[in-house]
Amino acid sequence: MKIVVCVKQVPDTAAKIVAAGGEVTWGEAPLVLNPWDEYAVELALQLGGDVTALTVGQEGPNEALKQALAMGCGEAVLVSDPALSGADSQAIARVLAGAVSKIGAVDLLVFGRQAVDDDGGVMAAQVARVLGWPCLSLAASVQVEDGTVRTERAIEEGRQVLSARLPAVISVTKDIGEPRYPSFMGIRKASRAQIPTWTLGDIGIEAPAPALSFLETFNPPTVEVEVEMIAGESPEAIAASLADRLIAEKVL
Amino acid sequence: MNGPIAVYIDHFKGQALAASWEALAAGRRLADEAGTRLQALIFGAKVSELAEQAIQYGADEVYTAESESLRDYSPEPFASLASGLVGEAAAVLFPTTTRGREIAAMTAIDLNSGVITDVTALQLDGDRMVAEKPVYAGKAVVRVVCRTDPQILTLRSRAFPKGEPDPNRQGSILPVSVSPDGADGLSSHQGYAESGGGVSLADANIIVSGGRGVANNPNLVPPDSMDEKETELWRAHQGYKLVGDLAEVLGGAVGASRAAVDAGYIPYAHQVGQTGKVVSPDLYIAAGISGAIQHLAGMRTSKVIVAINKDPEAPIFKYARFGVVGDLYDILPALTDAFRQRLGG
Ligand SMILES: Cc1cc2nc3c(=O)[nH]c(=O)nc-3n(C[C@H](O)[C@H](O)[C@H](O)COP(=O)(O)OP(=O)(O)OC[C@H]3O[C@@H](n4cnc5c(N)ncnc54)[C@H](O)[C@@H]3O)c2cc1C
Ligand SMILES: Nc1ncnc2c1ncn2[C@@H]1O[C@H](COP(=O)(O)O)[C@@H](O)[C@H]1O
Repeated sequence: MKIVVCVKQVPDTAAKIVAAGGEVTWGEAPLVLNPWDEYAVELALQLGGDVTALTVGQEGPNEALKQALAMGCGEAVLVSDPALSGADSQAIARVLAGAVSKIGAVDLLVFGRQAVDDDGGVMAAQVARVLGWPCLSLAASVQVEDGTVRTERAIEEGRQVLSARLPAVISVTKDIGEPRYPSFMGIRKASRAQIPTWTLGDIGIEAPAPALSFLETFNPPTVEVEVEMIAGESPEAIAASLADRLIAEKVL
Repeated sequence: MNGPIAVYIDHFKGQALAASWEALAAGRRLADEAGTRLQALIFGAKVSELAEQAIQYGADEVYTAESESLRDYSPEPFASLASGLVGEAAAVLFPTTTRGREIAAMTAIDLNSGVITDVTALQLDGDRMVAEKPVYAGKAVVRVVCRTDPQILTLRSRAFPKGEPDPNRQGSILPVSVSPDGADGLSSHQGYAESGGGVSLADANIIVSGGRGVANNPNLVPPDSMDEKETELWRAHQGYKLVGDLAEVLGGAVGASRAAVDAGYIPYAHQVGQTGKVVSPDLYIAAGISGAIQHLAGMRTSKVIVAINKDPEAPIFKYARFGVVGDLYDILPALTDAFRQRLGG
């Protein structure tokens, strides 16, 4: 089976994010493989076969691809093109779909649930739609058998079982199982890997026009909450005054 | 504004998710301001009751697609239906639910437009909707517009007020025909699984959450013959019982930190935070939770936060409206009793 796993490089989730002068910065915090994509890579490796990690990003070293290789992906591809600055999700989706077509004969395309920088959560569905493939998103478990993929989809009400014929697109949740740690050999292999970079020309598409304009990015005003500590002689006394205060706040 | 505003009504077995009515109310306000019509889209096996409700909540026209083949959701036919109906719309609003987000994403591709997800504020500027959307787990906010029509947006649950139904409102119901699709390129519904129960954290007005602290009561004596891990899980179970009792008295849902989920105390469906659910209830009670940045990312916008923690230095106190330094094993049962007395039941 030929699997492509789409991954993204993002700032570490513990980073302090500063938005100023139209730019977002994260200080010294490292760039990492999007945490949700660790689960996507894990699932791809569990399913086995020929696994390629794919990203659209800036030129240069890419932590997401490096980590994916270190975890055990056989190959990695970076798509990078100056014409993609200002791209929105549908534009990236069209580029990813183009890259998947160039890779060719892909059976399964795996995504993380969402990228922790743009918090979009739309890419799997959009790429599926561009390719005309079925989309099984938010998979908590996945089985592939006889050219059919079957997933349990996490929904508000519990879980829904969906199936589709390959080729198909899936996105995964954490229920897939803990992502493996890269082995020492894996890390060495990843650090030596020559990762090919494709331009839009290599894929054979024009830069898709963005539909969205980002007007500004700002840090939300810090609402100074003055914490009111509730103390008392006994747990009962504390509970009584806390209950009264909450009833007075009209949140019950 | 060139064209109506359409709102997708997400429901499960004929029961609308609250976020659908929130999106409809937001759509009503914008349609009035722009002087255009408000449409609702409802797909399913039996939708006439929902259609009536949609009119009461503000729709001028309701497009209903009713068919046995739409009894259970699968993305492709639902997205195709939506795309077929909103081609002339100026904007389409979806609730940010698992289904709403997916259909919105696909519709944007079908109609060559853009999608803005998880919008927390919306303003009209001429014929454009200027949206605010949290990014980096809410550490920053972007202001963004969609330059193409229809402008497709998904509205975050509980970020917009729901509005009151008006039983006297008039509107028209417009059934659309559903042609069964071929089976190619489609995912198909196979049933519902028992596992992973449905905690509706996103809709809850009140959430009581427990963290790693729930397992920390050395005074509890476990039954004989338990190994260390079993004892820890047994203790956690006692702690979550206290969390659950309080949630029950308050009519709320139970949440958890990732540390508690990872330790196996409670299923992942309860996890609040950056890699769990993002919630914004009126009241969030955090017991035995330290307040890591990734947890805060999931609940910081709650209206009132209460922190109960043994450690007076716990970071969670910096974000709380009310704080109690104490043992959750003492405070939670006392609080449950106090509310039981005050609220009855
Ligand atoms: C990529 C990534 C994503 C993450 N995503 C999430 C996420 O989505 N959600 C999330 O929650 N975390 C997430 N985390 C984990 C996060 O960093 C913290 O590790 C986690 O939130 C800690 O959980 P906790 O507060 O329950 O545990 P701890 O930090 O161990 O805190 C336990 C608290 O309980 C108190 N306590 C102990 N016993 C008692 C008692 N008897 N009574 C009262 N108080 C008591 C202690 O004083 C302490 O403050 C993520 C981390 C990473 C790296
Ligand atoms: N630039 C990108 N390159 C490759 N994959 C991506 C990219 N952006 C997002 N993805 C994938 O799409 C998923 C959802 O991303 P998003 O819709 O941006 O939240 C991520 O978890 C990744 O698997």
